[in-house]
Amino acid sequence: MSVQTEKVTNATRSNPRVEAFKTFSKRLLKNKAAVVGGLVILFIIIVGLVGPFILKTDPNAQNLVNKLQPPSKEHWFGTDNFGRDIFTRIIFGTQLTLKVGFLSVFIGGIIGVVVGIVAGYYGGMIDTITMRIMDILLAFPGILLALAIVSVLGGSLINVIIAVGIFSVPAFARIVRGSTLQVRKLEYIDAVKALGASDGRIIFLHILPNIMSPIIVQATMRIATAILTASGLAFLGLGAQPPAPEWGAMLNEGRTYMHNASHMVMFPGMMIIIVVLAFNIFGDGLRDALDPKMKQ
Amino acid sequence: MTKYIIRRLLQTIPVLIGVSILVFSLMFLIPGDPARVMAGEGASEQTIENLREKLGLNDPAYVQYGRFITSAVKGDLGNSVRSGRPVMDEISARFWITVELSIYATILSVFIGLIAGIVSAVRHYTLTDIFIMIIALFGLSMPNFWLGLVLIQWFALGNLPFGMDMPAWLFDIVQMRPSGWGESWRQMVLPVITLGTGGAAIIARMTRSSMLEVIGQDYIRTARAKGVSERLVIYRHALKNALIPVVTVIGLEFGGFLGGAVLTETIFAINGMGRLTIDAIRQRDFPIVQGTVLVISIIFVLVNLLVDISYKFLNKRIDLN
Amino acid sequence: MTQQLENILEVNNLQTVFATEGGEVRAVDGVSFVVPKGKTIGIVGESGSGKSITSLSILRLLAKNGKVNDGEILFKGKDLLKLTDKQMRDIRGNQISMIFQEPMTSLNPVYTVGQQISETLIIHKKISKQEAMKQSVDMLKLVGIPSPEKRVKQYPHELSGGMRQRVMIAMALACDPEILIADEPTTALDVTIQAQILELIRDLQNRLDMSVIMITHDLGVVAETCDYVAVMYAGQVVEYSDVRTLFKNPKHPYTLGLLNSLPRHDVDQEKLIPIKGMVPSPHDMPVGCRFAPRCPVATQACHTKPPMLESIGNNEQIRCWMYSEEWDGDSEVTLYGEKRTVKG
Repeated sequence: MSVQTEKVTNATRSNPRVEAFKTFSKRLLKNKAAVVGGLVILFIIIVGLVGPFILKTDPNAQNLVNKLQPPSKEHWFGTDNFGRDIFTRIIFGTQLTLKVGFLSVFIGGIIGVVVGIVAGYYGGMIDTITMRIMDILLAFPGILLALAIVSVLGGSLINVIIAVGIFSVPAFARIVRGSTLQVRKLEYIDAVKALGASDGRIIFLHILPNIMSPIIVQATMRIATAILTASGLAFLGLGAQPPAPEWGAMLNEGRTYMHNASHMVMFPGMMIIIVVLAFNIFGDGLRDALDPKMKQ
Repeated sequence: MTKYIIRRLLQTIPVLIGVSILVFSLMFLIPGDPARVMAGEGASEQTIENLREKLGLNDPAYVQYGRFITSAVKGDLGNSVRSGRPVMDEISARFWITVELSIYATILSVFIGLIAGIVSAVRHYTLTDIFIMIIALFGLSMPNFWLGLVLIQWFALGNLPFGMDMPAWLFDIVQMRPSGWGESWRQMVLPVITLGTGGAAIIARMTRSSMLEVIGQDYIRTARAKGVSERLVIYRHALKNALIPVVTVIGLEFGGFLGGAVLTETIFAINGMGRLTIDAIRQRDFPIVQGTVLVISIIFVLVNLLVDISYKFLNKRIDLN
Repeated sequence: MTQQLENILEVNNLQTVFATEGGEVRAVDGVSFVVPKGKTIGIVGESGSGKSITSLSILRLLAKNGKVNDGEILFKGKDLLKLTDKQMRDIRGNQISMIFQEPMTSLNPVYTVGQQISETLIIHKKISKQEAMKQSVDMLKLVGIPSPEKRVKQYPHELSGGMRQRVMIAMALACDPEILIADEPTTALDVTIQAQILELIRDLQNRLDMSVIMITHDLGVVAETCDYVAVMYAGQVVEYSDVRTLFKNPKHPYTLGLLNSLPRHDVDQEKLIPIKGMVPSPHDMPVGCRFAPRCPVATQACHTKPPMLESIGNNEQIRCWMYSEEWDGDSEVTLYGEKRTVKG
């Protein structure tokens, strides 16, 4: 008898989530823009992973005779001031861009989610203090926080990842805290508590699964911001150092030759736009699918 | 209301203290010996020791912070390691250039963003709406430094795409001279567009969703039931309500522009605070970096304080619903 | 009762549909009723019965995804559905006004009470701002708001729910309309305030000689305010009669069920009997009588053939097989513990 009741409650507990996921994926697939965005992201990831192995060329191979060539059959995106093939460099750079985007958001996301849940769940002094710290981080507008961090750590890809990661923390913390506060108010959390569940159990089994949707949406949008910020730092010479084929760094190199080789600036820039656009569109679609209220 | 303002002012104090601590401790994040890093390669031990002494790096951290904050309050942010001039002088010479640039960018983004957002909302789900939203998504996804480069390529260098010719009047308007900022407003056109485009996109998206939300409210139906024309329903009844949440973004945008000026000023060779920061970072002149970061953050915090209070004031009527 | 009244509004076979994610939904399906001049007609039904949609259809205030598919709405002989948008706007707030369920959210938060009442006056009467403001004060006085000169300058958030509903009424009546549509005007209010608002509407109706369409789910409100009643179920009118007949001698099994699920003071009730089952989903309407799945006396015919709204006797209309020649059930049935002879 007791086994049976257990089964029933289990079924009723998991079913709504499965159902929610089904309606969510249905809505997401209906959103054509989001599907395109998702496919572009998928394509970019595949290019980043597989591209370098297929091309088998050296992105840093110089050929000074062929420098600053406009796009042609041999060099689809033209060559740069060292005669390096821009197409090859962009393909190799894809990995760097994705690394910065995913890793920094992963770091910032983990820290931000922990901070947000703890603040929202425990409330009181912990909440006040952590949120004030987040306010302090948010007091550095735009790229400034990441810039300040990289300026002291020194320019390198890993330092950019750390800086952009820290820059992402407050955004996650705020959203997660808000959602945690909402979930905490639900009656069943009190019920679980009354049954003697530990805080850790409540947070991981009952709160976290309920606030995953805003976290996922936020992460997708943040990847776009992270890529933009990182490319800005690289453009300022504070990111991946030459000869790394980082897109922002390529733009920085191309600047000097803009008057006679504008392709050096156009192609890396357009690649950044495509990737960032894909994440933004996909994020928009995720948000609409997860929270149809937001959409009219 | 007064209570809210006082509470909000009190909240700002710990944030400002935190900002100062964070900016101060940047120095400690420098890997290795800050004095050695700042002195540069090949500096003699004596030079490094002198610098360490001058910056007071031998004292315990809290003593250093105490000194930092007390002089900062008095408007003294130390001296530049390179030029030896007071940081405050270096900043004040460039302060207004950046603020001016950011103000213009804010005006541009609010103006364009509002119009685009309203049009999009009024015609939602039409081609106009889709078109505007696609443009806005591009604006959001474009690195502004790239936009700046493209604008220079097209308008300053006159290399329009597809071999188009630029009409003389357009050239007159957007013509950019790399040096001599401040001679005329014309030189600001391209930098302001560069800086403001992303912000315009954000405001457009926000205005649209805010408008759509308001249009679904009960009081809009009431207005229609009164016989108010559709045009007035939108402009008299919906817009005023929809703009209130948009106000909050304006402060954030202004701050973002102050920070984003780092890139724009670099591209357009504008001698503002952003360029000062970048040059200082390259020359490892940390007192200057600390100074600019501190000043920009403080302005940002204060602007947001103002925005929050005005939002509260505007929102007071809605709050109780 | 037999005297012939002039009908100011006639709704014939109204059909309103909504485009939803799950396909087109008929929220109102063949609704007909008349509004006699100077009288109050109640439209009563559960939520989802289509009563609010009916009222919004009359003023053509449906949401973007809704539209009137069929039928006519004759206001003084003119079909409102055939008017241009401009002509319709001239009627709204001027000849036909409407007040809503949620006084808390139905007033624009960024304008003063006076500005909002004045707006109606300025649009329809083309008078100056000063004059409109003066009349607004008079209107506030009319709806019983104390110190109207002060209130007129206040914002909605400074008023209580009951006050706001009075303001809504003042706004609706500013241009002296011929019909007032009140969509659940008291549902969101405290019980004591409810009575005051109903009293006010009734009083103003008498004074201004207008017709009122009272949309409600509350039979108590109907008993207190209405002259005629249309009972709606699942997008259709199932019974239309004058209010006395409805309460004394309800005919449709649904009406009976509604009355029986209410506690009453005037007759002895052994117990309250709820109507079993649930309102059918608009996506999945029964083929026959829409009430058949829940009806205690439904027969084979009820489940297969949809009944029509038929006139029986004076000013009474019923949508039920029981009262037709084709009734295939017993001639004596027991409905909610009450025996009745349906066919002689």
